Amino acid sequence: MSKKARADKEICVACGVCVRACPRSAISVFKGCYATVDDESCVGCRLCEKSCPAGAVRVEVQANEK
Amino acid sequence: MKSKKWYDFFWIWSILFFSLGFFNILFAWLGLFDFMLPLIFAIAGGNKWFCNNMCGRGQLFSLLGSKCSRNKIAPRWMYSKWFRAAFLIFFMTMFGIMIFQTYLVFRGASDVGAAVKLLWTFSVPWEWAYTPGLFDGWVYQFSFGFYSLMLTSTLIGLLVMVLYRPRTWCTFCPMGTMTQGICRIKNR
Ligand code: SF4
Ligand code: SF4
Ligand code: SF4
Repeated sequence: MSKKARADKEICVACGVCVRACPRSAISVFKGCYATVDDESCVGCRLCEKSCPAGAVRVEVQANEK
Repeated sequence: MKSKKWYDFFWIWSILFFSLGFFNILFAWLGLFDFMLPLIFAIAGGNKWFCNNMCGRGQLFSLLGSKCSRNKIAPRWMYSKWFRAAFLIFFMTMFGIMIFQTYLVFRGASDVGAAVKLLWTFSVPWEWAYTPGLFDGWVYQFSFGFYSLMLTSTLIGLLVMVLYRPRTWCTFCPMGTMTQGICRIKNR
């Protein structure tokens, strides 16, 4: 189990603040619609979570994903 | 720290815009870049590159907010879909009224109001920046109207920056809502 960031597509306003905050370039705004996380790069540091003005991104324990 | 890119300095443009308009209101026209560019990126590119990288206002809020912001997530309604939509409609209505006033001056039915209106309510005298005679009256009327809109939205942005998170304005910024909407439609 590991901690990864997840953005809520419904809440995300695609402002890109999290992208600027991420030290690993793990999070990006998908086609101007919402933020998506690359699990390979994400280290679960929560910097994105702390910067998101809409509280749309959360770092959560990912229970044994596929 | 990531290395700075050329487009990381548009916050200076944001300050410059308001400073120039303080001396001559005609500079307000330059603000149209901030209006057209996000839309061009969204419509032509289907992305929010403007918001994500080069919006001077957003950068300014990030910068100032890193020093003075309570850094608390705003109440849920402030970034809810209905509030974002309502604020966009309100803003566009105000924009429409501003264009109509410009039209009235164009038709000669109204005189140029050499004042900046804050929060659509408070009229602030601004005659020193008014240099009539260079252009038709409507050019000035638009300048005052547009500058008022820009200043008003920046003031609201600064308020929510202090109260909530640095970029809370971006959760209901009309340009942000509009560009995200366009991207969503384009990438459906
Ligand atoms: S900071 Fe939040 S709202 Fe903005 S793009 Fe990232 S997840 Fe979405
Ligand atoms: S948790 Fe850290 S590494 Fe993962 S996306 Fe957020 S800022 Fe990037
Ligand atoms: S949401 Fe508005 S203020 Fe924020 S980056 Fe986009 S255009 Fe700029």
